[in-house]
Amino acid sequence: MPFVVELIISLLIVIGGVFLLVGSFGMIKLRDLLPRLHAPTKASTVGLGGVLIASMLFFWVERGHFTIHELLITLFIFLTAPITANLIAKAYMLLNVDPNKDLPPSNQNEGWATFDPIGPEGYDPSEEYEEKET
Amino acid sequence: MIEYALNFGFVCVALALLMNLYRLTVGPTTADRVLAVDTMAINGIALLVLYGIGKATAMYFEGALLFAMFGFVSTVAYCKFVLRGDIIE
Repeated sequence: MPFVVELIISLLIVIGGVFLLVGSFGMIKLRDLLPRLHAPTKASTVGLGGVLIASMLFFWVERGHFTIHELLITLFIFLTAPITANLIAKAYMLLNVDPNKDLPPSNQNEGWATFDPIGPEGYDPSEEYEEKET
Repeated sequence: MIEYALNFGFVCVALALLMNLYRLTVGPTTADRVLAVDTMAINGIALLVLYGIGKATAMYFEGALLFAMFGFVSTVAYCKFVLRGDIIE
């Protein structure tokens, strides 16, 4: 294996490892869940991305043919990370946030979706759909 | 040189997993614990990929891919259970 390729692979592994460490350190450093949600995004983008690109380069040089199945993991993580963060934030809000004190009014017929999925008494959402169809 | 980098990566991932374990046990709210499990899955994927580089075998990719999929599914299941009281409505 040429020295330059070895250097690049080692550098990518080190960068990925440092970012994975930083992402998890933020989890114990930050004070609340909503700031804490921000920390593991470093681990899942640059950390895991660096390690996976290093693995892709390593097997390319080792086997002699180029494969992209590492990119599947990256693609899957990139697709699922926003959904996971959204659901965790909604679960936190449902359990720990008071909609009357901590949130601004929604200025809609419904309340905030996490707390009031059905809407106020006597409100029928099907009326709005009928209006849009005509 | 790759061996040294791999050892450094292993140490980093191990420390990260310990920090996640701290948040998993101490974490004041349920959502903190779910977030800790999700980050542990990501660190587990990184550990499997690094181990695959160390052993020079592509066999661990399937494991890493399964870890990614089941980490996502388990996080969504926990959150749905907290939000709705049920997983599949």
